[in-house]
Amino acid sequence: MDLEFGAADEEFRAEVRAWLAEHVPAEPLPSLETEEGFARHREWERTLGADRLSVVSWPREHGGRGVSVLQWLVFEEEYYAANAPGRVSQNGINLLAPTLMKHGTPEQLARVLPPMAAGEVIWAQAWSEPGAGSDLAALRATATRTDGGWLLNGQKTWSSRAAFADRGFGLFRSDPESERHRGLTYLMFPLDAEGVTVRPIGRLDGKPAFAELFLDGVFVPDADVIGEPGKGWNVAMSTAGNERGLTLRSPGRFTAATERLVELWKERADPSDTALRDRVADAWIRSRAYRLKGFETISRDDDIGAESSLNKIFWSDLDVALHETALDLLGADGELESEWLENYVFSLAGPIYAGTNEIQRNVIAERLLGLPRGAR
Amino acid sequence: MKFVLSEEQRMFAGTLRRLLADAGTATIVRAWASGDHGPGRELWSALAEAGLFAVAVPEEHGGAGPLPVELVAAMEEVGRAAAPGPYVETLAAAELLARSGDPDLLPGIAEGAAMVSLAVPHALDADAADTVLGTDGKPRAAAGGPVTSLDPARRLFRVDGEHPAEPPAFGVLMCAAQQLGVGRALLDVTVEYAKARQQFGRPIGEYQAVKHHLAGAMVELEFARPLLYGAALAYGTPEFGRDAAAAKVAVSEASYGAAKIALQVHGAIGYTDEYDPSLWIRKARALHSAWGTPAEHRARVAASL
Repeated sequence: MDLEFGAADEEFRAEVRAWLAEHVPAEPLPSLETEEGFARHREWERTLGADRLSVVSWPREHGGRGVSVLQWLVFEEEYYAANAPGRVSQNGINLLAPTLMKHGTPEQLARVLPPMAAGEVIWAQAWSEPGAGSDLAALRATATRTDGGWLLNGQKTWSSRAAFADRGFGLFRSDPESERHRGLTYLMFPLDAEGVTVRPIGRLDGKPAFAELFLDGVFVPDADVIGEPGKGWNVAMSTAGNERGLTLRSPGRFTAATERLVELWKERADPSDTALRDRVADAWIRSRAYRLKGFETISRDDDIGAESSLNKIFWSDLDVALHETALDLLGADGELESEWLENYVFSLAGPIYAGTNEIQRNVIAERLLGLPRGAR
Repeated sequence: MKFVLSEEQRMFAGTLRRLLADAGTATIVRAWASGDHGPGRELWSALAEAGLFAVAVPEEHGGAGPLPVELVAAMEEVGRAAAPGPYVETLAAAELLARSGDPDLLPGIAEGAAMVSLAVPHALDADAADTVLGTDGKPRAAAGGPVTSLDPARRLFRVDGEHPAEPPAFGVLMCAAQQLGVGRALLDVTVEYAKARQQFGRPIGEYQAVKHHLAGAMVELEFARPLLYGAALAYGTPEFGRDAAAAKVAVSEASYGAAKIALQVHGAIGYTDEYDPSLWIRKARALHSAWGTPAEHRARVAASL
């Protein structure tokens, strides 16, 4: 057991740090949840991609550099420490790409991944429907067989990035007789196609970043089906597992935010306020715990499976607590527009998306602790 | 980078776990609490034979250590079994004496012949221990009779003389490792109970209210463990004190939290002295403040930031 970085890891860290020092914009970009900000972030993705730093752990043929997961964690630490822009490509990179790498055809990989890595095509996720959030298997949007492909009909909602993105991916009911997990098909579709209406929805922060999608006879060719038609649930679950693991929220995000929190505390805090001091200490302890747990996860050979639910709960609770502490340190300024406030509002979504924390607790109880399934 | 236990380290912990499980510690704990040290002493010797104390003592004094990672793994097992006796204190004394004190006791500690207590500030099991030391490594005398702990298997004694404000970090880490084992044992026994116990015609473990308590306890315990091993690997560096304090905060809260959930899920039977989980529930609270409260260790961490 050790926590030693190898020479190659340190070399990679130094390279990334130098690159970021040279390229990270001096002024923060406008929020990526606005039209202008989205365009500026798309440019940033291209800058990253041009030097093969947008997806460092991917194989070179897909636009990455094939580094180890440990080096990806190193990259993330440096990325967040440099306060580099948020990743507008993350839905595609974190959710769609791992699914394609597992279930996609060689043609799909070659067509979809390099433009994703280069920031040329930005992807939106289209999972939820008005009646299918935590109960994803209740979804009703349909894919109907037609010549050479499928026709999509129905509604998706709360689709992250969909207000400004190029393409979407999600599950559709392809067998009208089917129920629950059966008869679903995983499809990719263009957001500017005929029959697609995108209606941006304002979020808690007022920004129109997610959207509802109305699909009215949208044609999708067979080439854009991922995996076997009708087996979409199994295909999608490999994405969900990935989302709840380390890829969605790497430890670097929290270690960097904690460093900034400590600075804020030193600047702002009344030294006699031990309650706030304790919360800062807890944020530091917990972000360290998450970092070390990440090293443990990548040191193991086995598939972590349902254990990713432990991660999801831990980082989402940590994110909220950390940012609440920052706002409290800011006192009366806490409600004023700032990077802290923006990140605070974003943190509030953590316990909700990617499977609510209540769903995660059920997963932990049933699959890790072996408690019986029962009435919800 | 390989931040998981090696095969040897897992085997060592597994050996101790089996030994402790086979010993049936609940009976030993009750004997110890009543002042009968015999069965506890036997268990101590068995663990010594398996190498528990040797890995705390440097080679030149008859041991194979100090190996903090192995000791963390071992103390989790000691805690899981709620084994009574000054384990933390003896391991901390070994480290203290090897570093700055009189090494004469070390060979005895390594082979399990010497049971040592430390005043932090009370001395645990001073009536059973062969020697009582201050945290300066100097012998101390127990003053007067015992003081009563919430956990009757922790027989505490007041000790003469000054006590430093800060408990030695090595003992803090050992105590935290023991607490993790206590917390894990409480979670495991409570999960088994929730599967078996029926109310309203179904196992209580089917209810989300119960499930979510247990899942929450698991999250806290599983994220506290890496802090223990991170601190063990920091042994000998300037960060060791801070990292041990951080681990103690996280494990104390997680373990005590698990104890409260264990009590809640067990209901009145959990509140019952003669039912075994009470042994772990009381120990979890006692260890919460032993070797420094979470508040003290949080302040220590904050001071280092």
